[in-house]
Amino acid sequence: MFLQLLVSGISIGSIYALVALAMVIIYKTSEVPNFAQGEMAMISTFVAFMFLDTYGQSFIVSFTGALGFAVALGVFLEFVFLRRAKDPNVLSLILITLGFEMMLYGLASWKWGAEQKSFPFPVSDFDIVNLGQAVASHLNIATLFVALFLMFILFLFFKYTKVGIAMKATQQNMIAARINGIRANRILSITWGMSSFIGAVAGMMLAPIATLDPNLMMDPLLKGFAAAVLGGMTTLVGSAIGGYLLGIIETLFGGYVSLQFKSIVAFLIIVLVLCFKPSGLFAKHYVRRV
Amino acid sequence: MDIKRDYYEDIQLLDSRVLWFWFLMLIAALITFPFLASNYYIYMANYMAINVLVTVGLNMLVGYTGQISLGHAGFFAIGAFTTVLLMSKLSFPFLIALIGGGAISTLFGFILGIPALRLVGPYLAIATLGFGMAITQLIGRWAFFGGRMGIQAPPLKLFGLYSVSSDRELYFIIITITFLLTMAARNLMKTKVGRAFIAIRDSDIAAQTMGVNLTYYKTLAFAISAFYTGIAGGLMAFMLGFINPSSFNFILSIYFLAFVIVGGVGTIFGSIMGGVVMTWLILMLDKVQDLPYIGELLMTVSENWMSVTGIHNIASIFLGLIIVLIVVFEPLGLYGFWIRTKIYWKTWPF
Repeated sequence: MFLQLLVSGISIGSIYALVALAMVIIYKTSEVPNFAQGEMAMISTFVAFMFLDTYGQSFIVSFTGALGFAVALGVFLEFVFLRRAKDPNVLSLILITLGFEMMLYGLASWKWGAEQKSFPFPVSDFDIVNLGQAVASHLNIATLFVALFLMFILFLFFKYTKVGIAMKATQQNMIAARINGIRANRILSITWGMSSFIGAVAGMMLAPIATLDPNLMMDPLLKGFAAAVLGGMTTLVGSAIGGYLLGIIETLFGGYVSLQFKSIVAFLIIVLVLCFKPSGLFAKHYVRRV
Repeated sequence: MDIKRDYYEDIQLLDSRVLWFWFLMLIAALITFPFLASNYYIYMANYMAINVLVTVGLNMLVGYTGQISLGHAGFFAIGAFTTVLLMSKLSFPFLIALIGGGAISTLFGFILGIPALRLVGPYLAIATLGFGMAITQLIGRWAFFGGRMGIQAPPLKLFGLYSVSSDRELYFIIITITFLLTMAARNLMKTKVGRAFIAIRDSDIAAQTMGVNLTYYKTLAFAISAFYTGIAGGLMAFMLGFINPSSFNFILSIYFLAFVIVGGVGTIFGSIMGGVVMTWLILMLDKVQDLPYIGELLMTVSENWMSVTGIHNIASIFLGLIIVLIVVFEPLGLYGFWIRTKIYWKTWPF
């Protein structure tokens, strides 16, 4: 029982961790928690579905197309709206992302309707692998590996590529980065594209487990955000760990205590953790210049 | 524009004769409105007044004190359910039940205010969001609150005598309460409390250095804001006649925040404009396919490229677009627009 819950907790935790990573990447550069993350991922998943179902393309073409769309969408939103903001403080930036959220949600519901669709996926959720006392489906394992692989790539990206280092510089001090010849605006666009890409991967890994409808990412987004806050909005590693922690705790709570109140427990944990560690578990406490 | 010469000029309710004139005109208009308008418009006015009340309450927290809240639907739900339950289970009279709803909501606001003391930005956003989600989920799961099906509002009697059943009669209750509370908010923001809120918004560290008690005023801001929202929730329960937990969702909290931003952050007048204009837009966009010209065009678009069943989602797209555009191009919202128009005409040929 415990082991089985652990397996499903890790599986859903991978999704949360990916969403959390996507949010943290944007948060670190532009100090805005992106509430549209979920809907960006949802709409990209729908694009993949459209390629597969309506145009009958192969998996490779559809998924590449959808991921390309996700990147373009992220860059588009940053370039067309966010960059034009006159007086960007935290509140107005949050509001802009909430506006995106409503727009994208409405667009998807208008285009594809509210009925639930099943999302075809190359890896099956029904073929299982025995792990001692627990079983894991191929899809669970694939999700875990994709998440870990993406995290590894991100780690390499931030450590060894020029763009990654420029991103870190922009995060730390945008003006200093500009002085050193980094086009901070362009970096922000790239950040949005990257984040949208990661979110889309999370969406497409989730869609075969859940059913595909415009509400697909509503819950994972909030959980992913909660996970990012739990780990600390400023650390990539912390937020990923936060995602896994939240997934495991939530599944264990659902298994042992009450399935009914499973979705609340995440938020109660967040509020409790924030009472004692206001910047999350793994982040340094923020210091402000007055 | 006008020079303020002493303190009392700064804190008085209305500072010019022109304003007094318009103020009295507004009261007259509000009183005569239900005798002239049709039922639908009275329903709309009730809806607007309730949203104005929430917006004013939320603006005192978001606009004046600078604390973001994504959980006000939770307070709204608490107010609605407490009022209805106090009346139906304990047979309280309406006004006392309404105040009771506001009081319970205030208590929750105070409780939420305590962890919020140490949180800023996204951390505060997620904490309030979690609070709102938890409240709606809890209410939806407990049979005591009617569970997923929700509960019916009991018949309404004012002072145990006058039975209030139509929208027209309810209008007077809602408008009176909204009017009084809005004036109270405007007054409060001109006193010591309001100035403390503004000081906290501009820089909490500086405010603390000047002797503003952060703990007290931040929790107070949450409590007052929750009180307004709770009262509005109680009124909403009677306006709809039926409440179910799923309508107090995250989207509602976003709407409330959008009212504040569209109206204008940190102004009571802006809140009124935001509540009225946005409610009107929401009600109008609800039946977008019936609009002249645009409706037909959108129907053709839906038939050819989109889905016809999902056409009402255009409302969501449009509102989202409005929020984004307002924040991007007019950070002060409708109030900023109004101020600029006023200044333009005041100095017109120049």
